[in-house]
Amino acid sequence: MTMTVHDLGPYLALVLVGFLPNEIWRWLGIALARGIDEGSEVLVWVRAVATAILAGVIAQLILNPPGALATIPLIVRVAAVAVGFSAFLIARRSVFIGVLGGEIALVLGDLAWRW
Amino acid sequence: MEAFLRGIRAALNSVFVYVLAGTYIGYGALSHDLGFSLLWAEVSTAIMWAGPAQVIIVSTLGSGSTLFQAAIAVALSSMRLLPMVVALLPLIKTPRTGYRHLLLPAHFTAVSMWVEALRLVPSLPRERRIAFCNGLGIGLMTPALLATIVGYVLAAKLPTLFAAAVLFLTPMSFFVSTIRNSRELLDRLAFVLGIVLAPLFALAKFELDLLLAGLVAGTLAYGVHRVRGARR
Repeated sequence: MTMTVHDLGPYLALVLVGFLPNEIWRWLGIALARGIDEGSEVLVWVRAVATAILAGVIAQLILNPPGALATIPLIVRVAAVAVGFSAFLIARRSVFIGVLGGEIALVLGDLAWRW
Repeated sequence: MEAFLRGIRAALNSVFVYVLAGTYIGYGALSHDLGFSLLWAEVSTAIMWAGPAQVIIVSTLGSGSTLFQAAIAVALSSMRLLPMVVALLPLIKTPRTGYRHLLLPAHFTAVSMWVEALRLVPSLPRERRIAFCNGLGIGLMTPALLATIVGYVLAAKLPTLFAAAVLFLTPMSFFVSTIRNSRELLDRLAFVLGIVLAPLFALAKFELDLLLAGLVAGTLAYGVHRVRGARR
């Protein structure tokens, strides 16, 4: 339980700690998808849960971000998402414009905040 | 074979090629900075294929956290893959499809591939859908593998603001592409409830807060969808 990457070597650590805890969800997905067909009502519910979990991951990545993103103030991160979403809507639901707008807002917002 | 090539073409036309290129430039640079080899970074992208989990593993292993903590953090962040695979596979398999033919499309399932597959697969004949998904996966993963190399090589030259901007690509692109795919009230409601409930559940320090928030939000949205359907 207290082993670190130095005890195992980077590739064994990658397989045990990176690959397996990640891929297990895909394998479970294959097992659970058996017997569900395209028109079934369960699938509608599963898709709603998948969308909700994904939304939760997005919220986490914005509110409690990894690495260098944490150096950007919270208010700038949240505002950048709002700008990106508005750009997406204005550009008739273009994902490219939405992402571009959010990125520009993040960079300019951070520069303005520091200045 | 034709469907496979069509999948590759769909991948290269997808906005996710740019998103993944930026994200994996950031990932390559991060792997370099935390002392992993280029080969390790490439192998991790190929066998994990889940951006947030990869950022977690290099950060936790690189910072000397215990392997157990790192494994838990990866498992929690990758939970979303389970319902995504369950939602995708019934659209692409035929009654005769065996498990082994589903391993590859399931492995390629990540937000980028899932969003594009759900959008494009319904217009294809069913027996071609698995090949199409494999092409889509290869077409998205190859640019990511190249970008990992670019980021790794450039690492020392990249400013902090750039590193922050590429990390922001993941939540921003997940956000708008999920909304683009949400045509129905059910999907929109699930999205809004998920984005509100997940931070609340995390604040309340529930065990498995993300999974729980997703189940509650998804089920509530589904309930509203059923009630409205019954009224009609």
